[in-house]
Amino acid sequence: MREIDRRSKHSRRVFLKGAATAVPVAAVATSVGVSIDNAWAEETSALSPATMKTLLKVARDIYPHDVLGDSYYITAIKPWDGKAAKDPAVKSLISDGIARLDQNARDRHKVPYVEVAWEADRVVLLKEIEQSAFFQKVRGDLVVSLYNQKEVWPRFGYEGSSAELGGYINRGFADIDWLPKA
Amino acid sequence: MAKFDLNDSSVVVIVGSGAGGGTLGNELAQKGVKVVILEAGPRIENHDFINDEWESFSQLAWTDARTTSGTWRVAKDFSGLPAWIVKAVGGSTVHWAGASLRFDEHEFRVKSTYGNIPGANLLDWPVTLAEMEPWYAKAENKMGVTRTNGIPGLPGNNNFKVLEAGAKKLGYKTVHTGNMAINSQPRDGRGSCQQIGFCFQGCKSGAKWSTLYTEIPKGEATGNLEVRPGSMVVKIEHDASGKVTGVVYADEQGAMQRQKARIVAVAGNSIESPRLLLNSASPMFPDGLANSSGQVGRNYMRHMTGSVYAVFEKSVHMYRGTTMAGIIRDEAANNPKRGFVGGYEMETLSIGLPFMAAFLNPGAWGRSFTSALDGYPRMAGMWLVGEDMPQETNRITLDPVVKDKFGQPVASVHFDDHPNDVAMRAHAYKQGAAVYDAVGATVTYPTPPYPSTHNLGTNRMSEKPRDGVVNKFGQSHDIKNLFVSDGSQFTSGAACNPTLTIVALAIRQADYIAGAMQKKEI
Repeated sequence: MREIDRRSKHSRRVFLKGAATAVPVAAVATSVGVSIDNAWAEETSALSPATMKTLLKVARDIYPHDVLGDSYYITAIKPWDGKAAKDPAVKSLISDGIARLDQNARDRHKVPYVEVAWEADRVVLLKEIEQSAFFQKVRGDLVVSLYNQKEVWPRFGYEGSSAELGGYINRGFADIDWLPKA
Repeated sequence: MAKFDLNDSSVVVIVGSGAGGGTLGNELAQKGVKVVILEAGPRIENHDFINDEWESFSQLAWTDARTTSGTWRVAKDFSGLPAWIVKAVGGSTVHWAGASLRFDEHEFRVKSTYGNIPGANLLDWPVTLAEMEPWYAKAENKMGVTRTNGIPGLPGNNNFKVLEAGAKKLGYKTVHTGNMAINSQPRDGRGSCQQIGFCFQGCKSGAKWSTLYTEIPKGEATGNLEVRPGSMVVKIEHDASGKVTGVVYADEQGAMQRQKARIVAVAGNSIESPRLLLNSASPMFPDGLANSSGQVGRNYMRHMTGSVYAVFEKSVHMYRGTTMAGIIRDEAANNPKRGFVGGYEMETLSIGLPFMAAFLNPGAWGRSFTSALDGYPRMAGMWLVGEDMPQETNRITLDPVVKDKFGQPVASVHFDDHPNDVAMRAHAYKQGAAVYDAVGATVTYPTPPYPSTHNLGTNRMSEKPRDGVVNKFGQSHDIKNLFVSDGSQFTSGAACNPTLTIVALAIRQADYIAGAMQKKEI
């Protein structure tokens, strides 16, 4: 069978401090598959860096894929900052949602959400707010913004557009080789 | 290409250009009848289709406002999107998978066969399979359906091979790559299937039949058919005698136009068609046009659906090749011993990673969900599609609050599963999982119904005017020059995919309309 190379294309660690605009930082990082430091969260316009970092943790906890580095999740959540800059209602939805989550974390674990050590404990905190508008909006957005990244697809063995490659007629549409003989 | 005057009252106006409207338009044009098709969506040719699920959804899907209610899960998860259908020239024949199956004989006689099922508004069709057989044959020939007319079946892809192996282990007998309106060899000026996948996103190669690049250009070539894209019909008008005289529609610029007509045929799919009839209410027809029975909008059917995805130890890559690549038909018969009436088909289905994330278990999150997605390359999938019970309370109504940009009330879609639907789905999930377990699935996922792709029954055929909206030719009981030409005519849903039957009915209806025009009956 023709298998898909699911590895990241690059592993070189590159620092991206001082990159000019917010969205491309994570997007570029994702496209070259690099690890990134915290610079992405420092360049926000409406949401605080701490809020963005907590949102990243929340995103990882909602859709945990250990094979994916942070860059994909950053690409997925970064647009919230721009939306918050344009719309005060979005800004308070995200800021207040994160604040409530942090408060719940402190009540339970004496630390903010990002510092709650085990995923299982953080998931309990998310479960408590599962019906909130904050959680619903963040999850509903994330299910598209994470899984609709073309850079994510090969990591899940999905090849995306095929017409320009002539479809799969000569590229393994019927190459399964492990089934019992019918 | 023909261009008809707005005041030309000799034309047949068809609302919609999909399987029903597009076919009817071409068939009438071939007979020399002048036709104007008003299509709400844009004209997008197949080379412009996009192999990307969300981008394509933005390009093609009908996303105008609709509201939902009822206990079906779609109302909760996709409250503004009860149906996944197309707003473009070609209608949902752009999006369909190509499965082209005939009804079984008993599926035209559901009341006689199933008897009284509490809560179900069952009725026999005013036509029989024997009457429909010649029209089915014409439709199969027109569409180039595999395993008919000497056309070979398509080759099976990986997803089919898994289904087939499991089905055989389980002892199922009727398992093959389907009766598909997808060219397995060049035919009718179109090439053969390149196994691109993305059948739901519009077939870029044109191997799959769609009215967009078959019926419509053929009709236009006669000089008798004009298609006006971007034309949203908001009202059908009538005269003092009760005959329809034309339609009012918003053109591509949003300006209101009035197209006169000798005959109006409504083919806007089972949500928009009843909405248009209801929105056309007048002092003479206060409950909407063609609605003396009160059945317009009722008996909304969407098929018993569901999917089963299974993960295996090794790769499948189900997304490679045709989306609906094969079928198991053994459960399609009516066998009430299973605990429900009617039957269901098991058909392979694959969706890409973006839609799998959205539809596998809407709203789910956390490790159990991501674990399923991690299995994506090792996943096989099938769609379960079966007959659902028509219920009077499953219904399209006019939303009392929400209006579209032209000020017309939008459609509100109410749906509750019938107990028969629930029992059938439970059986289908079990059998679907068994197929995959038989060849070593490590886990299976019963997946809830997607927004409806098969929308049926909301202007149903009936022998007696009091039981339904249209007669056996899709002609409304109340107004003889008003027709319904889409799946909303269906008296019952049958187990199989509806498009072949819609096309067969449209060919037959064209014959009837042309004959009646010639005889000056309408």
